[in-house]
Amino acid sequence: MNIIDIEKLNLSFGSGVNESKVLHDVCLQIQAGESFGLVGESGSGKTTVLRCLAGQYHHWSGQLSVNGEQLQHKLDKKRCIDMQMVFQDPYGSLHPRHSIETALAEPLKIHKMDNRDERITTILKKVGLDNSFRYRSPHQLSGGQRQRVAIARALILEPKILLLDEPTSALDVSVQAEILNLLKDLKEKEGLTYLMVTHDLGVVSYLCDRVAVMQSGRIVETISSDDLANHNASEPYTRMLLDCCYHTEATNVTAESNIY
Amino acid sequence: MITNSTMKSSSISKSTNANLMMLLKTVGHGCKRIIRNPLTAAGLVVVILLLVIAVFAPWIATHNPLAQQLSNSLQAPSAEHWFGTDEFGRDIFSRLVYGSRITLYIIALVTIIVGPIGLAIGTISGYFGGIIDTVFMRITDIFISFPGLVLALAFVAALGPGLEHAVIAIALTTWPPIARLARAETLQLRKADYIVAVQLQGASATRIIFRHIVPMCLSSVIVRLTMNMAGIILTAAGLGFLGLGAQAPLPEWGAMISTGRSYMLENWWLVAAPGAAIMLVSLAFNLLGDGLRDLLDPRN
Amino acid sequence: MEDTKLEVKNLQISFSHEGSQVNAVRDVSFTLGQEKLAIVGESGSGKSTVGRSLLKLHPKNATVKAEKLQFGDIDLLQANDKTMQNIRGRRISMIMQDPKYSLNPVMKVGDQIAEAYLAHYKVSKKIAKEKAITMLEKVQIRDPERVYSLYPHEVSGGMGQRVMIAMMLIPEPEIIIADEPTSALDVSVQRQVLNLLDELISERNIGLIFISHDLDLVRNYCDRVLVMYAGRVVESIKASELENAQHPYTQGLLKAPPRIGDIRNRLPTLQRDPSWLFN
Repeated sequence: MNIIDIEKLNLSFGSGVNESKVLHDVCLQIQAGESFGLVGESGSGKTTVLRCLAGQYHHWSGQLSVNGEQLQHKLDKKRCIDMQMVFQDPYGSLHPRHSIETALAEPLKIHKMDNRDERITTILKKVGLDNSFRYRSPHQLSGGQRQRVAIARALILEPKILLLDEPTSALDVSVQAEILNLLKDLKEKEGLTYLMVTHDLGVVSYLCDRVAVMQSGRIVETISSDDLANHNASEPYTRMLLDCCYHTEATNVTAESNIY
Repeated sequence: MITNSTMKSSSISKSTNANLMMLLKTVGHGCKRIIRNPLTAAGLVVVILLLVIAVFAPWIATHNPLAQQLSNSLQAPSAEHWFGTDEFGRDIFSRLVYGSRITLYIIALVTIIVGPIGLAIGTISGYFGGIIDTVFMRITDIFISFPGLVLALAFVAALGPGLEHAVIAIALTTWPPIARLARAETLQLRKADYIVAVQLQGASATRIIFRHIVPMCLSSVIVRLTMNMAGIILTAAGLGFLGLGAQAPLPEWGAMISTGRSYMLENWWLVAAPGAAIMLVSLAFNLLGDGLRDLLDPRN
Repeated sequence: MEDTKLEVKNLQISFSHEGSQVNAVRDVSFTLGQEKLAIVGESGSGKSTVGRSLLKLHPKNATVKAEKLQFGDIDLLQANDKTMQNIRGRRISMIMQDPKYSLNPVMKVGDQIAEAYLAHYKVSKKIAKEKAITMLEKVQIRDPERVYSLYPHEVSGGMGQRVMIAMMLIPEPEIIIADEPTSALDVSVQRQVLNLLDELISERNIGLIFISHDLDLVRNYCDRVLVMYAGRVVESIKASELENAQHPYTQGLLKAPPRIGDIRNRLPTLQRDPSWLFN
């Protein structure tokens, strides 16, 4: 069964002559327990898909369903329990005036959950932070530690789905490795489903089972990570992205004639 | 069960302790930075002095500010009367000292009224946008387009002169800039990831505004309010001068200048002393506001 | 490599903050000839600080000390503001990360390029404009006349970075310092911009200091790599020999990023050794 089902998702901004369509008939089926990547260059609409699921845009058309239930255009509390999100910028995703404990207790208070203290201790342990981090404020943490807190905050409501918006692209490579390992472990232990947006095919290949490649608001190809690695991509755009990713080839390719 | 609850309470007290420590640290750190800038420090000293004088007025004042002694009227400054006496023989120094209470009362009252109103209207308007924003902002525009003193005059004229009415009148003219400021801050904040994150946690709009957005707007609103205090003092003095604020025999600084005006040429101290007090205090608030802006503004 | 353009010996940079001194860069030494030298490190390693200090663009609270900071016949340590003004842009220029922030938003891009030329050469505005248009052609912008009169918000990221390159190259500098010039760009555009930069600098015998966090990118693009960790150069190595890097930090950086077709179940994480701070 598909845990996330996106059918003909369309979204545009502006109206009249200024109307610009950012998503064209996007269809995605993601199975429970799967880790699904959404790749593309900037402006391809990959983050927009994520934000539609996260209830940030209300004027999309098409059908979104999670767990077989159709999503309303407005965000409701049920969806929050099903699905949480981790953001790209670890410096912007934590409230600068809230201590880690306040940040983690907030979702529990909103959903009136008990045993807050225990839950916070447990979740911090799960993301590899000890209990002393509770009383710190975000500016005392490094980027990697902040991202761990952000993951803890997303997981504290025990959602089944995690939306990941370039969770490691703002981090140094060594820290990225730690966070990717953590995400991989958490997925296995908690049986999570990931929908991850990224521009890094290496990250996709490490963490995801399947990938959808997006270009200017359309999905051009959906392919398994293995096929991607074995050069079985059929779309020229996918192959171009792959090409750029193999840096070894980069210097051998002469500058293409201007595209402007 | 008992151990569980004690554990909980101990951890909670630990967390409040930690928060308190953090707060103390920031405050201590802030004080250090304020003192480093001499102008801000001077402003802070004057404001603290004003507070001390207001609180200990009965001990500081040398005479009863209201006691008339006609035989002793219009005395020049001397050891007995430091700033001289007015036309009824009242000690001007003592009147200034008691007048600081009135000034502080007006400032405090206006700030308490204006801060929350401006903050609430601004953040609500900025957070929801759309029709709510349009309505709130047009109302703000209407208030902003009146000259402050004229609106205050009209208001006092309608309600009758008096200290409380003056306060309401001043408050009416000072909230719109605060609302604008809070709205501008909110517009930037509402797209921030941490606000999106808390929306995605299912928080209600009220919760997001009051627990997540307001704390972020607070620092710039405080700075703005501090800067406004100078203006409030001047408007209050202006209303007092026109006879629309505090009523005689209250020793309000503006009213003191107003009555002293008739004797100004021969007895300069009647006007100079309260005038200097007004200038000094409003200058101090401006300097303090400038310093606070440097201190609290996250962009610096 | 024969002619040394820049020689840096024991460069030390410290910042004073709230009365305490923080050493951001310690004992950094290197020479730059007509080559592409990469400075690689993670955030906070001091790589950008080194780049900026060469042009004396460091903030006021920084102290720069060095045994030697020789650029051609000029001793940069002794150089006064006026000399620096003549060097900046004219003889050493700098390309920043994001064209969005380094271009003046209210000025046509072409005029900005022309002005970069006018700042160092006494010619008429007309000649400067012609120069700018030829330069735009050089950075492979089709229809340079049209692009000349665009404003920065009207150009894409890739084109913006081409404009930046044009602006930096037009006074014909001897050294270019590029601080993460492509990390704000998409991969496909990234490659084009890098190839373009490569062609232009080899054509004009320019020395390039390429500051980046991306070891993979640098190993194929540059000739030599300085790896920085916590303000120190831990390893200086030919790019082609990176495979055989000795320092565990360099090795860690090389192994950390996941690659396509990666069958590793876990990514190796870097174990930071405090002893790295003492060699």
